[in-house]
Amino acid sequence: MNRFSYTRASAVSEAIDQHRAHAAAAFIAGGTNLVDLLREDVAHPATLVDINRLPLRQIEATGDGGLRIGALVTNTAVAYDETVAARYPLLAKAILAGASAQIRNVATVGGNLLQRTRCLYFYDAGTPCNKREPGTGCSAMEGVNRMHAILGASDQCIAVHPSDMCVALAALDATVHLAGHDGTRALPFAEFHRLPGETPHIDTNLRDDELVIAVELPRRGFAEHHAYVKVRDRASYAFALVSVALGVELDGDIIVRAHCALGGVAHKPWRDLDAEAVLRGRPLNAATVRGFADSLLREAQGRRGNAFKIELATRVIVRAFELATQRSFEEGAS
Amino acid sequence: METPTAQAALDLAPSDVQRVPVTFEINGKTHRFEIEPWTTLLDLLRERCHLSGIKKGCDHGQCGACTAIVDGQRINTCLALAAVRDGASITTIEGLADGDTLHPVQQAFIDHDAFQCGYCTPGQICSAVAMLAEGHAKNADDIRELMSGNLCRCGAYTNIVAAILDAAQRSDQPLTAPGARP
Repeated sequence: MNRFSYTRASAVSEAIDQHRAHAAAAFIAGGTNLVDLLREDVAHPATLVDINRLPLRQIEATGDGGLRIGALVTNTAVAYDETVAARYPLLAKAILAGASAQIRNVATVGGNLLQRTRCLYFYDAGTPCNKREPGTGCSAMEGVNRMHAILGASDQCIAVHPSDMCVALAALDATVHLAGHDGTRALPFAEFHRLPGETPHIDTNLRDDELVIAVELPRRGFAEHHAYVKVRDRASYAFALVSVALGVELDGDIIVRAHCALGGVAHKPWRDLDAEAVLRGRPLNAATVRGFADSLLREAQGRRGNAFKIELATRVIVRAFELATQRSFEEGAS
Repeated sequence: METPTAQAALDLAPSDVQRVPVTFEINGKTHRFEIEPWTTLLDLLRERCHLSGIKKGCDHGQCGACTAIVDGQRINTCLALAAVRDGASITTIEGLADGDTLHPVQQAFIDHDAFQCGYCTPGQICSAVAMLAEGHAKNADDIRELMSGNLCRCGAYTNIVAAILDAAQRSDQPLTAPGARP
């Protein structure tokens, strides 16, 4: 394991000050990803700032009917929270589809947003990787890329964001609250994570010394019509090949609104607001749903190991609509 | 709990290395340590406390052999820095029995022959004890899903699920929901 010094903060401002006072500092919360990255010689912080004593473990209602979840609330605590289960079951289902009970008991909301890709080459310090060491190349392009991106990738990096929770947060239009030396700010969820472009080593738009302090859910929770469908290589405790977080509002058989985020296919949870806009006012039927899925995947690019994901994602989107709306869009069904 | 030999072996690091004072309640007894910041809870328990029941399997949080119950929750101790967990109450496989009376889950694993090589068993049992306390498992399918963080390379899963179901049926809150297959 890489060596580092350790310091402990008890307030948000103190944590940010400690981070600024130490060169190459990193915050540690649950550590379920960071400790592994330290052990695998991928992360090299000189100092860890322990934020586990910060008062960020509350789940509380917001003034406008939403819900604010502190950055240190564990996956388990979110997934089994009564309000989350009742009003945002999509989020609870996505969390419980990810990791193991042991990991969920420790992993936090803030850490979930900031976890790194599980690309094999990112973890293998003996191979080139533009995300781990910018400019060295991408081993996944022509390598083992079954788990890799089909949307939004660049010629620098085809890694995917591994989270399930974040796919639901994207579909729910969450907001990420940040604190830094110059105060607090909020980012729409879609603006938190980045596509790889020319800078695949930068996963998010978090600034230096900034800390995720909370995730806020808006009032709309899609409790009535929602689905989280995850396809993976084994029945449990595996990262997604493709996952779909879907929330739908219906007026009879007319789609009033649909939010659809894909996981396992891109460097960030993937949404297409233009494709969703086309759904508004459309009848809920097989043609509508398949057309939507096709439009969402229209720019997908497969590689040797992952081209199957394009058809798979199309089918998983259709399946998510079936589960969310209790209808059948099988071939031959109307 | 510390022997001079073990302490000497671990003191190879330069003297200017930061030491973090930590206190844990381990299987009911309070212990204090001065540790390097990168010490994991797993290494502390095995190398400093000589609790060799808890196992290092993958050392990546993938296999669950290192599962212990920390502040009432099962966790992968290989992914937990001891400094971060300062003050915690920890139960390992060594702390489950009541004197010579095995914990009901331990006894059920024996009754159902729920292991072959036994390497994963301490983690399986700690995980199962905590899972039953969580109260979310209602049937065998739930057990399989909620125990998925514990791998068994011998493939004793069928008997592991049977043992956990049996232990649950004998407890104060048996799994009576539809789908239970004792």
